[in-house]
Amino acid sequence: MAGLAATARAARRRPVAGTTTRTLISGASLHRRRGRITYRVVLTLAIVVFTLVFIGPIYFLFTDGLKSTQEVIATPPTLYPHQPHPGSYVQAFDRLDMARLFWNTIYYAFGALAFQLVFDVAAAYSLSKLRPVLGNVIFFLMLATLMIPSTVLVVPQYVTMTDLPILHLNLVGTPEAIWLPTVANAFNIFLLKRFFDSIPSDYIDAAQIDGASPLRILRSIVLPISRPIIGVVSIFGLVAVWKDFLWPLLVEYGYTPTRETLNVGIWQAAYGTPQNLIIAASAMAAVPTIVFFLIFQRNIMAGLTAGGIRG
Amino acid sequence: MAGVATLRKPKAESRATRTGAAGRLGPKIRRNLSAHGFLIGAVICFTFFSWYPIIREFIMSFQKAVYGGGYAWAGWSNYVRIFRDPTFWQAWRNTLEFTLLALVFGYAAPFFVALLLNELRHARGYLRVLVYLPVMLPPASALLLFAYFYNPQYGLFDDILRILHLPTSQWVFQPGSGFVSVAMVSVVIASTWMNMGAATLIYLAALQNIPGELYEAAELDGAGLWRRIRHITIPQTRLILLMLLLLQIVATMQMFVESFVLTNQGGGVGDNTLSVVMLIYQYAFAMSGASNYNSASALGVMLMLVLAAFSGGFLWLTRERG
Repeated sequence: MAGLAATARAARRRPVAGTTTRTLISGASLHRRRGRITYRVVLTLAIVVFTLVFIGPIYFLFTDGLKSTQEVIATPPTLYPHQPHPGSYVQAFDRLDMARLFWNTIYYAFGALAFQLVFDVAAAYSLSKLRPVLGNVIFFLMLATLMIPSTVLVVPQYVTMTDLPILHLNLVGTPEAIWLPTVANAFNIFLLKRFFDSIPSDYIDAAQIDGASPLRILRSIVLPISRPIIGVVSIFGLVAVWKDFLWPLLVEYGYTPTRETLNVGIWQAAYGTPQNLIIAASAMAAVPTIVFFLIFQRNIMAGLTAGGIRG
Repeated sequence: MAGVATLRKPKAESRATRTGAAGRLGPKIRRNLSAHGFLIGAVICFTFFSWYPIIREFIMSFQKAVYGGGYAWAGWSNYVRIFRDPTFWQAWRNTLEFTLLALVFGYAAPFFVALLLNELRHARGYLRVLVYLPVMLPPASALLLFAYFYNPQYGLFDDILRILHLPTSQWVFQPGSGFVSVAMVSVVIASTWMNMGAATLIYLAALQNIPGELYEAAELDGAGLWRRIRHITIPQTRLILLMLLLLQIVATMQMFVESFVLTNQGGGVGDNTLSVVMLIYQYAFAMSGASNYNSASALGVMLMLVLAAFSGGFLWLTRERG
């Protein structure tokens, strides 16, 4: 479905001669005989090289999982599985407890998304439209955290997680250990606030005069207008949890039954598991992200540039 | 959740405040209360998981664990201890090596790929998807795949070298600690493959915003291809180029997962791919028996200060003049 839609879109977008905007090389020089030949050669080379470099490894990711253990480590390597073993996928799935790893990752990712949407949207709305006393100071302090690279803080963050100040809770090993820190994402708040700022205050004032509460205004006016930016924040929020490695390794590692994410789970199993099973497991872990990308590719690519740069 | 709770309250209280002594002050306080109610969830999370850990990292770096629990003041001793650790210097050197190599491979490549994609009139959508696809893979998947390719016994890369009758390599486990070591280059190749898609697409968007008339005019003036790139493309995308340069350096200085997964968390032969963040991890969580959060914090503070100084200096040097 997604593939079809993508090709249809690509076909529609293919520029008609003469309508393309001018780039580095002019359309006219491409229409000359020499230009046409050079263009054909470059285009073919680009397609072949890119396919080899980017699809090549992914091709092996999916096909080598189908090989038997002997075939995977055979020299010279086989280009495709001579005796396909779909059983390796089943075996890897059982041996690594992939069902649980998948469930954990989905649970962490969507839980984190829910927390981010509720708290970050509410905070951005408050900072943009309700403008409380000291709101600007709080916003500045939030933005200042963007200057601190996330990985250098893992130690104090972990120690704080083992014993939350005031509450004296140990959250290590609980899903909250992944969910709550994702809320402290200044970039989300920045993106949302910037978008909310662009909503004309006339709408808000009109609703206020009609007696709408701030929550009602958020729900009936701000949220419906803000669908695109909320889409961007959601997509990148899900992907970030799915791809994170160091933090889940610290807070969800080594429990039985396993609480690890896919990413940490397959890494942890990698040593002492036959190579073909590891490749099969890696391929399975990659499937949801690839499908997700093919479905949302336009939003993801638009989000990359519209939201500026995602660190 | 917090928002809902506070929002219901003002409605119920409204009649009480209107008749109460609060008088004119009431609505203002009420508005502020509900505004802070919307903020509170995020502020609590920032406090516990961002602001407090930043301060705490500095505090912890000057403390030491006391036998039987608790912490005591330790002065500069954590810093002195890690300065005396030869691995500390090794890790900084490796991180610098990784950052520079990643610049050579990973900074120029996306720009030229984007330039090429912008010139093509066909298959652009397909090529864009290809470049970005590895970015979406879970890092462990991509890196375990590369670890398999790099395997000295049965990996694909050595198989190709054998077929071509070239000397084989140990790749990430190749000993040697020259500044451009085979092991580090292997890590950089995997890292670049995984990450270059995002930068490519950002450049591509920037290139599409360059007005075509500029190229038109330059060509009329007789500027060749190279001069058009130099005098139009690069100046027009200068801001994005600088921004991504800064972000890439800050990101690569924090390299962790690449070397961690590729070398089975060992940091290569003789630690030749051990990065600073890996050393923080080792100090804090992996040192046999006596894990030491305080030395790890001291190293974290140093990395934080180095990156902050670098970012500040970079922004100051490249600031818009006039």
